[in-house]
Amino acid sequence: MLTAVTVLTGLSLALAAALIAASRWLPERGDDAVERIERLLPRIQCAQCGYPGCRPYAEAILAGEAEINRCPPGGESTIRALAELLGREPTPLDTSLGSASMDRVARIDETLCIGCNLCARACPVDAIVGLPQRMHTVIARLCTGCELCVPPCPVDCIQLVPRHG
Amino acid sequence: MVDVTFERYLTGGIRLAANKTASTEEPILRGFIPPLLVIGLHQHGGTSAVPIVAVGQKVAKGEPIALPGTPPSTAVHASSSGRVRAIEERLIPTGTKLRASLCIVIETDGDDRRFEGGPHDPWPESREVRIERVRLAGIAGLGGAAFPTATKLEAVAGTCKVLIVNGAECEPYISCDDMLMREAPAEIVAGVIRMADLVAAPRVIIAIERDKPRALEAMRKAVTAAGDPRLAICEIPTVYPAGGERQLIELLTGEEVPSGAYPSSIGYVCQNVGTAYAIERLAARGEPLTSRIVTVTGGGVARPRNVEVPIGTPIHYLIEQCGGYRRNVVRLIHGGSMMGYALPADDLPTTKATSCIIAAAEGEVRESFEEWACIRCGDCASVCPARLQPQELLTAAAARDFDDLEALGLDDCIECGCCDVVCPSHIVLTERFRGAKRAFAEHARRLALSAEAEERHKRRERRLKQIEEDRRAAQEALKAKLRADEEARRRAVAAAVERARQRKRRDAEP
Repeated sequence: MLTAVTVLTGLSLALAAALIAASRWLPERGDDAVERIERLLPRIQCAQCGYPGCRPYAEAILAGEAEINRCPPGGESTIRALAELLGREPTPLDTSLGSASMDRVARIDETLCIGCNLCARACPVDAIVGLPQRMHTVIARLCTGCELCVPPCPVDCIQLVPRHG
Repeated sequence: MVDVTFERYLTGGIRLAANKTASTEEPILRGFIPPLLVIGLHQHGGTSAVPIVAVGQKVAKGEPIALPGTPPSTAVHASSSGRVRAIEERLIPTGTKLRASLCIVIETDGDDRRFEGGPHDPWPESREVRIERVRLAGIAGLGGAAFPTATKLEAVAGTCKVLIVNGAECEPYISCDDMLMREAPAEIVAGVIRMADLVAAPRVIIAIERDKPRALEAMRKAVTAAGDPRLAICEIPTVYPAGGERQLIELLTGEEVPSGAYPSSIGYVCQNVGTAYAIERLAARGEPLTSRIVTVTGGGVARPRNVEVPIGTPIHYLIEQCGGYRRNVVRLIHGGSMMGYALPADDLPTTKATSCIIAAAEGEVRESFEEWACIRCGDCASVCPARLQPQELLTAAAARDFDDLEALGLDDCIECGCCDVVCPSHIVLTERFRGAKRAFAEHARRLALSAEAEERHKRRERRLKQIEEDRRAAQEALKAKLRADEEARRRAVAAAVERARQRKRRDAEP
């Protein structure tokens, strides 16, 4: 009898201590949730959702601060995937945010480029190469069509064209 | 010679009305030269050939007009003599679809003058040189996919267990291999022996479907005459799609080619009888591939027959050669009635992949029925030669569930069309699967782009952070140095002041 009481009490105390320790020192699982949301986004960092990148948007979605229909390049399929993961109702895409699409790539008009390098600095995936005062060009294979290089160009020489053809 | 009759049947498959008699009544028509040739440079999977002629240049028959690009690729030759009129992008039919390809347009002069600048000895000793010759002769698989033959032979050279020669020709309407086997069996067998030597194959099986008794007869004679102990003729049952590469290998050897792999990975190589014939013409006469046998048939053409067609012949010249259209023609089909596809116009050129042109009459094309819902009867699964579950694939394709599509083996679908034929609800499954394959490729491309974008963005962030940290560190170092300098100066000044004060005190003392 006494043995049973001692063993069980000891066991429960030890396990309680382990649980408290784990909850205090092991990292929280919130990161995993953010990552799972981020995986469903296109991760091209176009920022058209109003957040500075895909991860901040994922964090905002998790915190319940942002709607799931704010990703133009992801489109309907991303909304559906997010709705399924989060158990929310799918809503139509907010088309006022922008028109970034992975089906397009940026193209620099080489006759107009003045080599200011502003586009290369704006590109989130380093897909634009060029030296200051020299002609710049977009590596089409790496370009995600995020449109971030378009506004900084002082001579408006960047256009988005269909990816193939 | 070993002569085997197979009674084993392949997985799935169906029996179809052959519709081959109409085109096999007359011998192959040879010596036809069209006034114009439109020769595509990208006739197969792999890369396009690169043009080496200029507009206005005179070319001879068999003269190379484009060299192979990065492998897999083959050269392209002028199919007859004449003058290059244009080099431009046009639509050409390939094995599975129409494709925009650079084309060389040649106005023929009717002389059919032969090119004299070819290699002196077209078939030298070395295996590597021979394979290179096959590539430079533009030889491609004439079964219908036009895959570069040199690449296929290269992959299996030295590791080949069995060379399988495909004379099955299981698809309805097509009879070009049948006619070639009847008329040129000796050349085919000679080409087969050359290929067997090239890949060092210890055994060769020539597979021919039972419904071609005259081809079987002719080939048996030729094999006996050749007296090569490696060669065997196999009579196989008439089931569609027994002539599919993977299906034929499984039927003959009982081994299944692994999903996503080539037959060469398990030691087999399949070559069409037409390809063997092309190899023989190269090796014995130095002729590159400039023509192929095309079956022109269907109820919509006046004189159905097989024609030796210079590659690049616009289809309407070919139809004219066969007596022109009948009035009841409704559709033009490239390839057989099962795996072929409808052509939008008859001025498109033939390619190395053109085995058959069907001018279909009313009643010959599948009527379009109203599609009903899938009743999950499973008939499609029982005829699928790739052992897939088409009814499940259909559901996954409708839901665009790419994980499911992959797990169900969408990639293994050979698009034979058996499931369409048996579906009691008239669902055009194969068309859905083609669409799903395209969507899947698009999806995979997006995923890859996303993954790469994420990786590159992370690296960029790291780089920018590093630059910022370096800048800050340099600034801190500079500030510390300035502070230290300032401190030293102040200390020097304080010391000087102190010295001056002491001097003053010393001076003030008496």
